[in-house]
Amino acid sequence: MAVAHGAVHEEHRLGFIRRYIFSQDHKIIGIQYMMTSLFMAAVGGVLAMLIRMELGWPGGHWGVARWLFPGGFSSDGVLKPDFYLAVVTMHGSIMIFFVLTTALSGGFGNFLIPLTIGARDMAFPFLNMLSYWLYPPAIVVLLSSFFVAGGAPNSGWTAYPPLSALRNAAPGSGLGQTLWLVSLAILIVSFLFGSLNYITTVLQLRTRGMSMGRMPLVTWAQFTTAILMLLSFPVLFAAVVMLLFDRHLGTSFFVPSGLVVGGQLVTHQGGNPLLWQHLFWFLGHPEVYVLILPPMGIVSEILAVHGRKPIFGYKAMVASICAIAFLSFLVWGHHMIVSGMNPLVGTAFMVTTLAIAIPSAIKTFNWVATLWRARIHFTPAMLFAIGFVSLFITGGLTGIFLGSPAVDTYFHDTFFIVAHFHFVMASAALFGLFGGLYHWFPKMFGRMMDERLGKMHFWLTFVGIYATFFPMHFLGMAGEPRRYYSPQMYDFLRGLAGLNMFVSVAAFGLGLAQLIFIYNFLRSLFRGPKAERNPWHANTLEWQTESPPPHGNWGAILPTVHRWPYDYSVPDAMDDFIPQTVPAAAVPVAGGALDDGLQGGAVDEPPVAGSERT
Amino acid sequence: MAEIPAPTGERRTGRLLATLIVVMIVLGGVGMTLLARRHWWMLPVASAHGVDVDRLIYTTFAVTGIVFVLVHLLIAGFVWRYGAHGTGRAAYWHDDRTLELTYTLVPAAVLVTLISMGAVVWARVHSPAPADATVVEVRAEQFGWLFRYPGPDGIFGRVDPALISPPGKPGNPMGLDPADPASADDIVTRELHLAVNRPVRVRIRSKDVIHSFFIPAFRVKQDAVPGMTVEIWFTPTQEGSYEIACAQLCGIGHYIMRGKVTVESEEAVLTWLAQQSH
Ligand code: HEM
Ligand SMILES: [Cu+2]
Ligand SMILES: [Cu+2]
Repeated sequence: MAVAHGAVHEEHRLGFIRRYIFSQDHKIIGIQYMMTSLFMAAVGGVLAMLIRMELGWPGGHWGVARWLFPGGFSSDGVLKPDFYLAVVTMHGSIMIFFVLTTALSGGFGNFLIPLTIGARDMAFPFLNMLSYWLYPPAIVVLLSSFFVAGGAPNSGWTAYPPLSALRNAAPGSGLGQTLWLVSLAILIVSFLFGSLNYITTVLQLRTRGMSMGRMPLVTWAQFTTAILMLLSFPVLFAAVVMLLFDRHLGTSFFVPSGLVVGGQLVTHQGGNPLLWQHLFWFLGHPEVYVLILPPMGIVSEILAVHGRKPIFGYKAMVASICAIAFLSFLVWGHHMIVSGMNPLVGTAFMVTTLAIAIPSAIKTFNWVATLWRARIHFTPAMLFAIGFVSLFITGGLTGIFLGSPAVDTYFHDTFFIVAHFHFVMASAALFGLFGGLYHWFPKMFGRMMDERLGKMHFWLTFVGIYATFFPMHFLGMAGEPRRYYSPQMYDFLRGLAGLNMFVSVAAFGLGLAQLIFIYNFLRSLFRGPKAERNPWHANTLEWQTESPPPHGNWGAILPTVHRWPYDYSVPDAMDDFIPQTVPAAAVPVAGGALDDGLQGGAVDEPPVAGSERT
Repeated sequence: MAEIPAPTGERRTGRLLATLIVVMIVLGGVGMTLLARRHWWMLPVASAHGVDVDRLIYTTFAVTGIVFVLVHLLIAGFVWRYGAHGTGRAAYWHDDRTLELTYTLVPAAVLVTLISMGAVVWARVHSPAPADATVVEVRAEQFGWLFRYPGPDGIFGRVDPALISPPGKPGNPMGLDPADPASADDIVTRELHLAVNRPVRVRIRSKDVIHSFFIPAFRVKQDAVPGMTVEIWFTPTQEGSYEIACAQLCGIGHYIMRGKVTVESEEAVLTWLAQQSH
C-alpha cells in the first residue's frame, strides 16, 4: 500500500504485524472486516446451495456432496434431516450476523466514517482493533458446532426455546446450540465496541465545516445504524445469556412447567417461551434495518455520483432514516402475530408496521426522482444501485401483505416470508454491498475493478435473484411452510415439485455467477489499473485524498468543508461536480460568479464559525 | 475535464437494463402470477372467515401489483432515457415540496385504507366465538397431533404430564387424569372431525416444543405454545378432507407432522365419535 509523504511518520515505525494484522488504522480494520465477511459469504452461499439441492430434489442422492460433508449425508448420499436443519440454521445466522452486519457496518462503517467526515481515524482506535479481533474467534466457535456431537443447531436463526433450550429436543440442541449462543455473545460484544466507536467518531471528530447537515447520506446511515445496534444488541445479549442459563444452570426463563420431551418429564418450571420471542425480535427487527440502512446510504451516494445529479430530497432522506430507525423499535410484534399473544397487541403492531412503510416509500420515490433527468453512467456500481431500488420495491410491497395480521396469519412461516425478506433484506443488502464495493474499491485498494466483468456479474445476478426468489412467493401462496426438509409428505404441496426445481436451478446459476465477482475482485486487487484519487469525479471527502489514503488520511492538514456533498451538475459551474472542500468563492464558473442560491444544502446550513463563505 | 466523458455504451446499457426491467420484472412478474393462478395458488377456501382473508389478499394484490408495475415502468423509462450521452448536463434539481408531499400523503392514504380493512377482518377473526360453537382440543407433540373431544359432559378433564404414556406405548398419550371424573368421557383421537357450517372453538396446546396448527384450506394458523392454551375459532364451510401442517420449526420431524381434518355433516361426526369411544 502506498505510504503517504511524511504525513504520519509513525507508520514507518510500525512493523508488518501492527500495520496489517493488529492494526489500529480504521481503513485496515474496515478491509479486514470486509475480507472476513466475504469469506463467510462464501460459506453461507455454499450452505444455501445445499438447501436448494435438498428442496429441488428431496431425498436425492448426492455422492459428491457427501465427500465434502461426510457427517451430513447417509452412506448412499442422502442429506440427513437434522443436517438439513443445521444447514438452514447456519445459513441464516451466518448471512445475517456474520456477513451482512459485519460487512456493512464493520467493513464500510470503518472504512468510510472517518474518511467521509474528514477525521484521521476512529475516536477509539484500540477499541476498534478489539472489535475486529473478536470476530474471528466468534466464527471459529460458530463453525466448530458443525463438528461436535449432534452437529450444528437445528433451531433456526431465531432459536426459539424450548427447542433450543432442551438438549434432547433435537440433535443440534446439544453442544452445537451452546456454541452458537456463545459465538453470538462474542460477536455482540464486537458489535457494541464498533457501534460505540462509530457514534463517538461522528459526533466528535467531524472536520471544520462538516456540520451534521452536510454529512453524506452514507455517513448518516452508518451513524443511525450504530445507534440502532447500540440500543438493540444488548437486549439479544441478555436473551442469549438467559438461554445459556436455562440450558446449563437450571434456570427457567423460557421453559414452562410440565413438558415431556423424548418421553421424559422436563424439570424446568415456570418459564415462558414467548419471553424469548419478545427479546429476540426486539433486536431482530431493528437488526433488519441495521442491514438495510447502510445499503440505503450507499445507494444514495452511488445514484448521485454516477447519475451526476444531486440526491433528491436530502433532508427528507435524513428524516426518513431517523424515522425508520425510531419506528424499527416499535414493530417487533409483527413477527409474533400467530405466537399466541393477545390479538389486540397484533392490531397495535399492525399500525406501527404500516407506519414504517411510509418513510420507506419516501426514500424509494426519492431515489427514483434522482434518476429523472440524470446523466447516468451505467458503471457496475450504478447498475447494482438501480437493482437495489427494484429489489427494495418488490420486497417492500410484499411487506404490505404481511403487515395485515389476518393475511400474515396465512403467510407466516411459509415461503412467502422467505421471498419477502430475501428481497427486501437479503438481496437488497447484498446489492448494496456489491454496489459499494464496485464504487469504493479504487479508494480501498488503489486499483480499479474490471467494468466488463462487473457488468456481467450484475446481469447474471439481477436475473438470478429474480428467478430464484420471485417464484418463492407462489410456493408461499400455495402454503409451503419454511424449514421443511421435504414438502413431499403433503398432498397439497405435491404440485410444487416443478417450481421448486426451477428455483433450485436458478439458485445454482446465481451461485455460479458470484465466481465472476470473486475472480474480478482478486484479479483487480493485484492487477487492476492504478486508480486516481477521484475516478468517479465525486464530491465527498474520501475522494479528495489519495487512493488508497495514507495512514492518517489527509497529510499534514485536515480538509475544510464548505458545502453539502451533492453539488453535481451545478449550472454554470465549470465542472459537473464541486467537491465539498471547494469554497464558494473559488468555484470555477463558466460565466461570472456563481449564485449562492444554487448551492443546495450549503445555503440551508448556517455557516460554521470560521467558514470562508462570504 | 468538465464531464466524465460519456463512454459510448451508456445509452445502450441503459436500454438493455430498461428492457430487462420491462420484460423480466413487469411482464415476467405479471405473467408468472397469471400462471401461478392456475398451478401454484392457495387451496380453494373452505372456511367462513377465509373468504374475508382472501378478499383482503386479493385487494392487497391489486394495490401492490399496480404500484409494482408503475414504479418499475417509471424506473425503466428513466433508465432508458437518461443514459449519459452528448454533452448535456443533468438537471440541478434536488427539492420539490409539492412532489415530496404528494408521495408521502398518497401512500399514507393507501396504507391507512388497507390498515382499516385489515383491522376489521382481524377483529372479526378474533371476535368472541358464537354461543353454538362446539369445542375441541388440539395437542401438538414431536411429531404429531392429538385431538380431544370433551364428551357428553362438555368438560375437558384434568390432564397431568406425568401420566403421559411413553412414546410407542398405547394407553394414555394425552395424560388424562383418571382421578378427575370429567376426564372419564373425554374422547382422544388421532384425527379431527368437524361438522360443516358449525363454528368450532379449538384450544391449542403443546406437550414439548412450539408447533403451529396450520390448516391451509381454512386460512387458519396458530402456534401451539408449551405452557399456554390458546383458543381460536372458525367455521368450516365445505365438506371434505383437509390436511393439517405444522408451520413452526419443532425438530427433525417438522416436515412429517401431518394431520387430517374431515369436515362432514353433524350426524356423521357424531357417529364417528361414538365409534372412537368404544
Ligand atoms: C415495507 C416495509 C416492511 C414491512 C411492511 C414488513 C413487514 C414484515 C412482516 C409483517 C413480517 C413478519 C412476517 C411473519 O413472520 O409472518 C416480516 C418479516 C421479515 N421482514 Fe419485513 N417488512 C418490511 C421491510 C423489511 C425490511 C426493510 C427488512 C430488512 C432489511 C425486512 C426483513 C424481514 C425479515 C428478515 C423477516 C423474516 C423474519 C422471520 O420470520 O425469520 N422487512 N416483514
Ligand atoms: Cu420485523
Ligand atoms: Cu413443526
